[in-house]
Amino acid sequence: MSKKERTLSHGLILGAFCLGFGIVLAYSDHITVEDIAARALEDKLNSLAQVIPSSIHDNNLVEDAITMKNERDMEITVYRATKEGKVVGLAYEIFGVGYAGKIKLMMGIDTEGKILGVRVISHKETPGLGDKMEIKKGDWILKFDGLSLGNPPVDKWKVKKDGGQFDYWAGATITPRGIVDAIRRGLELFNANKAIMMDMSAPKSQTNGAKKKEGH
Amino acid sequence: MAAQYKTIVKDGLWENNGVFAMLLGLCPAMAMTGTATNALGMGLATAAVMAASSMLVGMFRNQITQEVRIPVFILVIASMVTLVDLFMNAWMHELYKVLGMFIPLIVSNCLPLARLEAFAGKNSTLPSLMDGLFMGIGFTIALTMIGAVREIVGVGTLFSDASLLFGPAFKFMEMRLLPEDTGILMMILPPGGFLVLGLLVVGKRMLDVRAGKEIQMGGAHSAA
Repeated sequence: MSKKERTLSHGLILGAFCLGFGIVLAYSDHITVEDIAARALEDKLNSLAQVIPSSIHDNNLVEDAITMKNERDMEITVYRATKEGKVVGLAYEIFGVGYAGKIKLMMGIDTEGKILGVRVISHKETPGLGDKMEIKKGDWILKFDGLSLGNPPVDKWKVKKDGGQFDYWAGATITPRGIVDAIRRGLELFNANKAIMMDMSAPKSQTNGAKKKEGH
Repeated sequence: MAAQYKTIVKDGLWENNGVFAMLLGLCPAMAMTGTATNALGMGLATAAVMAASSMLVGMFRNQITQEVRIPVFILVIASMVTLVDLFMNAWMHELYKVLGMFIPLIVSNCLPLARLEAFAGKNSTLPSLMDGLFMGIGFTIALTMIGAVREIVGVGTLFSDASLLFGPAFKFMEMRLLPEDTGILMMILPPGGFLVLGLLVVGKRMLDVRAGKEIQMGGAHSAA
């Protein structure tokens, strides 16, 4: 075989392997795509159920969602809970800055702007030190339930170290400070955009759990 | 034949252990060993990828020419990782939520590639499968040991959240060995990983010396 032919045969071998494994992957994607979408939807509904009790609404939160811009011009999805067609609560993602980067939370509030529940979705804080806001590590995050922008007054929406009313943890002030700040801003967002957020005639968002998984 | 498999098993679990002897695959061995449960899960996922890719390369070793073997090996490993990623996401979702972001990292773990190059490319299907499998199990054991030490010293528990990962039947594995808040935080942070790995490598070499074995310093180069 000439050198050229050998090169060609190597190329063909590599191409054949690529084709073969490509087919295997395409087929595997085909048989798992529905299950993966179902799991993603379950995850979303589970995290929403933690911040909006399922007893107060009778709709599917994911179906009645809209997208809007938050105070930092980021696109967020607002999930609306309704009972007999009337809005009874909202849930949306809020963002805080912690010790090691962004902390993502989901907050549920009622139509008066009172907090129904807050949960951390993702964070990079130090394990064992800055992770006490996780629901499985303690009840710190539950202390926000029932609060609103006037209760306590705005200048008390701080950790105790800064003159506010919220506990912080030994060795970690930055994390709770970031979370308290995120929640306060989340409540302000609701006050400023109440009408848009509760307008059920607005076009529904395309974002739903059936969307294929996001890239890494 | 039996002797060959005995060597394969012994190499994978002890003599040429991926982590403790060859010091390969240290990225997951550091990143995923904060708790024994995560380490075990990561090890098992890696073992599955290694067994499958070694078997495939062993099967096709006569078709894979010398010149294109490295891209083909990478292709095989990447495909197997993608399959594990898809199947775990669809059917073992709880485990996926914990390990999900680390599964793609198996591609960059050099241990599977090292075994394809050193063993599976030169041996037939069954021995290759055994090599991949036992190297993977050896890797799993190594990770779980590092994870166990870090978790016990760091937070005082062992196999916490195992039931979350593998199902309620594994609740019995979850143990609290030290009282709460007595752990040394550093051990579950990155420096703890390096410390524990170093100590365990020393431990293995001391056992080898006691058994009168020569210590191989060559690492990956002395493999197979």
